[in-house]
Amino acid sequence: MSKQASFRDNKKVSGELFTLTYGALVSQLVKDYESDEDVNRQLERMGYNIGVRLIEDFLARSNTGRCNDFRETADVISKQGFKTFLGITPQVTNWNAAGDEFSLIFESNPLAEFVELPEGHSNLWYSSLLVGVIKGALEMVQMEVDAAFVQDVLRGDTQTEMRVRFIKKLEDAVPVGEE
Amino acid sequence: MHQHSIVAPIVRFRFVNFLFIFSNFTRSINKNKNKSSTMADAETMFDLLQMEIVKFTHSSKNIGKNEANTKLEQMGYRVGQSLVEKLTKDAARFNNELDMMKFICKDFWIMVYGKQIDNLRTNHQGVYVLNDNSFKLLNRITTNRQFVSECQKYVAFPCGLVRGALAGVGVSSFVSADIKEMPLVKFQVEIQR
Repeated sequence: MSKQASFRDNKKVSGELFTLTYGALVSQLVKDYESDEDVNRQLERMGYNIGVRLIEDFLARSNTGRCNDFRETADVISKQGFKTFLGITPQVTNWNAAGDEFSLIFESNPLAEFVELPEGHSNLWYSSLLVGVIKGALEMVQMEVDAAFVQDVLRGDTQTEMRVRFIKKLEDAVPVGEE
Repeated sequence: MHQHSIVAPIVRFRFVNFLFIFSNFTRSINKNKNKSSTMADAETMFDLLQMEIVKFTHSSKNIGKNEANTKLEQMGYRVGQSLVEKLTKDAARFNNELDMMKFICKDFWIMVYGKQIDNLRTNHQGVYVLNDNSFKLLNRITTNRQFVSECQKYVAFPCGLVRGALAGVGVSSFVSADIKEMPLVKFQVEIQR
């Protein structure tokens, strides 16, 4: 049947499903909250909750051990983390001199694939979920980081860029009996 | 120093919480490991996002259970509608209602939840019952009956998906879901004429 053929491309479609669901969520949040900042914050919080669980999934399916430095962390995030869950490999660049801050450049952003921002949402960072995911996931491996989008194609910038900054190691956060 | 002593118990609590919800999770991953270890896997993200959406909608203030479920259903509707538009782009026109339902049970369900509907029944008067014997989102929660009423909220979004998908192919319907035994879900579709 000709009908069947187009559904075989399962992986791609399940990505679209994710994109569409995320879109429905954002538009619901925009309706629910008055300011864009609140929407950003809420998306980030949800991302955090996802990240906290996602890291477990990630460690279970990859054989990644502990990272020795922040450069390695950045590499794992882009080449393994994003690759595994979203099928993209954002570019890691713009290291600062101290080596504790870098940028992720997204050439394609699966979250924002079919998206156009309407007028009047100049403070909305559409993909804020990802910020939370990174923070949450790294916190579970004892790393406190700060992350934020600084450029977004959706807002008319030339590229989508997320800045990630290492804050500190969470020494005491290992539960008793672990390690 | 102060910070540290605060951080520790919070993290521990979260960890316990996490184990409880996902006790079956790691096992199912290991099973699929060979199949999809290198491929992109938006599926996991989708599942987690869906759970997060449910949690968020049900924890917002000044909102009752029914209202929250309605909201979830509407989100599902939007997604289902646009999804089916993309899915059926190159497909032949459906001959009849049963064809459409078969499409929902097979292709649509496989795409969204990775399996077919296990059982489709109809009274030939516009009422269809779709049985999923192990609904994906409930699969990872206990099979104990204890949480059956709690789990109702996880099927609101899928109900919307089905209703949206049917709307996308030109049929308006009413969809409800019923859980009696975990993780079995009965979706009932009533076609409106």
